[in-house]
This record gives sequence, structure tokens and C-alpha cells, in this order.
Amino acid sequence: MADSISAIERRAIFSQQLVNGLMLGSIYAMVAVALTLSIGVLKFLNFSIPGLFMIGGMVSWSLVHKGLSWPLAVGAALIVAAIASIIVELFTWRWMRRVEEFVPLVSSMAFLILFENLAVVYWGSELQSLPHLFASTDWRLGNLVISVPQLFGLVASIALIAALSLVLARTRLGRALRTIAEDADTALLLGVDIHRVVPLVFLISGVFAALGGVLFALNYRQVQPFMGEALGLKGISAMVVGGMGNTWGAIAGGLIIGLAEVISIDLLGADFVDISVYGLLLLVLIVRPSGILGAAGGGVRT
Amino acid sequence: MSGYVEGILVLLAINIVLAYGAFLPMSAGQLNLGMAGFAAIGGYVSAYLSNNSAMPVPVAIVLGGVAAALVALAVAIPVLRTRGIYLALATFALGEIVRAAILNLEVVGGAAGYPVAAFIRFPTIAGFTLGVVMLVSLLFATRFGIAITAVHDDERVADLMGLNVRAFQIAAFAVGSGLAGIGGGLYAHHFNYIEAQYFGISLSIYIVLYVLFGGTQSVLGPLLGAIVFTLLPELLRGSAQWRYVLFAAIVIGVMAVRPQGLVTGAQIRRLLAGIAGRKEQPA
Repeated sequence: MADSISAIERRAIFSQQLVNGLMLGSIYAMVAVALTLSIGVLKFLNFSIPGLFMIGGMVSWSLVHKGLSWPLAVGAALIVAAIASIIVELFTWRWMRRVEEFVPLVSSMAFLILFENLAVVYWGSELQSLPHLFASTDWRLGNLVISVPQLFGLVASIALIAALSLVLARTRLGRALRTIAEDADTALLLGVDIHRVVPLVFLISGVFAALGGVLFALNYRQVQPFMGEALGLKGISAMVVGGMGNTWGAIAGGLIIGLAEVISIDLLGADFVDISVYGLLLLVLIVRPSGILGAAGGGVRT
Repeated sequence: MSGYVEGILVLLAINIVLAYGAFLPMSAGQLNLGMAGFAAIGGYVSAYLSNNSAMPVPVAIVLGGVAAALVALAVAIPVLRTRGIYLALATFALGEIVRAAILNLEVVGGAAGYPVAAFIRFPTIAGFTLGVVMLVSLLFATRFGIAITAVHDDERVADLMGLNVRAFQIAAFAVGSGLAGIGGGLYAHHFNYIEAQYFGISLSIYIVLYVLFGGTQSVLGPLLGAIVFTLLPELLRGSAQWRYVLFAAIVIGVMAVRPQGLVTGAQIRRLLAGIAGRKEQPA
């Protein structure tokens, strides 16, 4: 009898963890979609994206802490991240002569170091906590506890990524982006204004990354200058697992990585999370580098 | 030699070794983002060997390098089938796996870190560094160097000219990872303590930044990059964070103005031609 009760409890705990994994996965998906847009259109692995994720979280915290309302703080955080992303564009793309394939990648790494350490200089390196957004934030669904910010985060991130996919598939801008992804020189010949469209790629991916940071701050109510490293690097795994350059793949990859985390905690223990996630990344790179939804060779797919 | 000066010189010597480890695959057009992982393999293997056997420390360090090179070989052979960014991502994944695996390996202390009994001083480390610099310079003075440059400049043409492109890429990658392992072994045996957290992605990023800052076209590039970035922070006053901010800003600025790095192949050839020209002139 006692055994069967504990089995039921175990199953309840596990399904709770699955819910948590999906929520975490939706945050990875936001980072992954930012990365995948950049790599799909520009073939550029933009390492500053974990830094922009951190800016989203830290600026929101800082402004809420100063007494600003949440919507204003989030809006301001997104604007700061957008400006930072445009600065990254200037130094990694517009003013850059491309002698080495990986020079933009290296500059974007330097931007990650720059953003992180500017945040430490400005805010200190301590872990900062945020207040609860709502008074009562938990919904009960049978045995499951679903927090409202979590649910909001999951729905919002899927909706935003779906909207981006629609933009890529249906609009003039989307067509321009897909043309650049095929071949930048041909796009220029066909009259695509690259110098107007490329900054938009940085702008959109910067805002998505920062929104991921905002969702993280809302859900876990903790921010720190190096928060982008752990989360952003998992976002890279999510992007590859889903398929580089594929926006729906970013969602799939994000959710898979989130679930892989909670399942490996359940089966192997918390110490094995990173081994499972990065092991999965390595396995996908070796066995199916195009990811589960992608086709090899880049390009934006919707 | 004061402790402070020795500490800086030791870091400089180790950074030079690590920089050459990243330089080798980069000179063949491949980016290794898992340098820290290979350094960790070398550090932990050599520390385990010297702690648990009567093996002389230099032998343990070399074996640590061999272990790192073997792991690199095992990963590079399947992954180098694909191109460009995939290898960089695979090395990044491997680096993170190594770090996470060490955190769980109780035999080398797990998360608590691993004390190393044997101690080596600057002269031994400098000997290793000199050896590495000479090895890489020699490699680049032979047909290997020309082949690597050809692979880097145009894989397809190099292939058409009869070079085994994949073999050269795998060799450059494995030897470079072996050098990273040696760097890790030197670090472990001078500081007498290693922990997994030290070998994170930031270390990998810093090493790659040294090399690109110095330049990937000439064997002198990594040397110069490592020297500038080890000594410059010591000259700057202010907090560690401001130093990192400045470091990053300098890298971004240099990459925008001079993406080929500080020294290029053409410069070296001009310089050598200048020296040769002067010698030929009658006194």
C-alpha cells in the first residue's frame, strides 16, 4: 500500500517536473530563435545573444527595483537590448571587412565579455531577487501547480515565435531575409536593401533574446550578470537540436532541451544535467547536424 | 625572481602554449571553442598520473597532452565530415561535457577541486613553452605549413592539388588540442590545485581572442597576442572588471579596424626581405 502511494506521488512529482521543463524550454526557445535567425540569414553564430538575454533580465530588475512598473521596466529593457544589438551589428557586420570566416563570431564573443563585465561594474556580481509580480500566482490543475508567469511565458514565447515565422513566410521583409539567406550578393542585385534589412535581423534577434531574459526574471525572480552564459549556451544547444535556421525548430529544440533537463534530473540526478544537454548537442552534431527539423546548409525556414 | 613576477611569467608561458593550441586549427580554417575542455583533460590526467605514480612530472604533462589529443581525434573524425560552424559547436559541446563530467568524477575531487602534490617552477614551464613555440615554428617551416595555409585559403583548390584536406584539418585540430592539454598540465603543476569551474567557456573564448588579436596568418601572431593580453592587464590599474571591459573593447576595436590581427604573413615576408636585402648590399 505504502509503495503504491509513493508511486503515485512520484508520478505527480514527475509530471510537475515535466511542466517545469516545458516552461524552462520556452525560455531556451526564445534564445534559440534569436540565434537561429542570425545564423539562418547571416550565417553568423552571434555570441552576444546570451549577453542581450542578460541585459533583458538585469535592466528589468534594476528598473523594477527602482520602483518602475513592470510593463515600463520591460519596455525599457527591450529598448536597451535593441540599442546594444545595433551596436553589435555595427562592429560585427557593417564596419567589418570579412577576411576570416570567424571574425564576426570572435567580435560577438568580445561583446558578451563586454556586456557581462559592464553589468558587474554597474550592478555588482551578486545574485539579485525580484518581487512577485502578482499576489497569488499559482493555478492548481489536479495535482499540477502551474504558475501564471510560467504559463504566460510559455504562451507568449510560442505566440511570438509563431508570429515571427509568419512574418518570414508572408511579408516583403520575410522574402528579403530569405533572399539574403540564399545569397547576399544576389539579394543585392535583385534590389534588396541589405543595409536596411541586416540591422533589422539584429534588432529582432536582440529583442527576442532580451524577452527571454525578461521571462526568466519573471519566472525565477533571480538575475545576475552572468545569467546569460548558462541559459544562452543551452539556447545554442536548443537551436542545433531543433535545426539551425529553422524558427519552428527553435521551439522544438527549446522544449526538447528543457524536457531533457528535467528527465535527466529525475533519472540521473541534478549533477548530470549539463552532461545530458551537451551530450545531446554533440550527438545531434555527429549523427544529424541539420537537427530534427532543419535541412543542412543554413537558410531561414518557417 | 619575486613571486609576483614569477606568477605573471608563468601565466604568460602557459597562455602562449594555449594560444598555439588554438592557432593550429585556426590556421587550417577551423575554430576550436573547446580549448578549456582539452586543457582540463590534460590538467586532470597529468595531475592524476603524477599524484598516483612515481612518474616524473614532465612525462605526466606530455601524457596529459596525448590524452587530450586522442579525445580530439575521436571527436574530429566524425564531426569534420561537416563543415565550418559545426566543428566549432561540437568542440563547444565537448568542452562543456568535459567540465560537467569532471564535476561528477569523485576520483579527482569532483566539485571540490583536485589538489596536485608535485610542483614545477618557471624554468620548467618556460622549457615547455620554448619547445612548443619551436615545434609549431618548425611545422610551419615544412610542407605541412604550406599545406595548412592552402587548406585555409581554399579547401577546394587544395583538394584539387592533391592534398588530403581532411587529414590536414584533423591533424591540426588534434595537435592543437594536445598543446591545450599540455597547457592544462603546466597550470595544474604550478598552481597545485585545479577545479572544473576554471575550465569554462570563458577560458576557451579568451584563448581564441588572444590568437585572433595577434593574427592567424603568421606563427608570430599567437605569441604576440598572448604577450599583449597577459601583460596589458598588469599595466592597467583599476578593478578586474574594468580590465575585462577594456580587454573586450580593444578586441572589438582591433577586429573592426584590422580583422587580420596585428601581424600578417605579408608583413613578415616584407620584413624578412628587408633584412635579406640589407645583407646583400656591399658594405
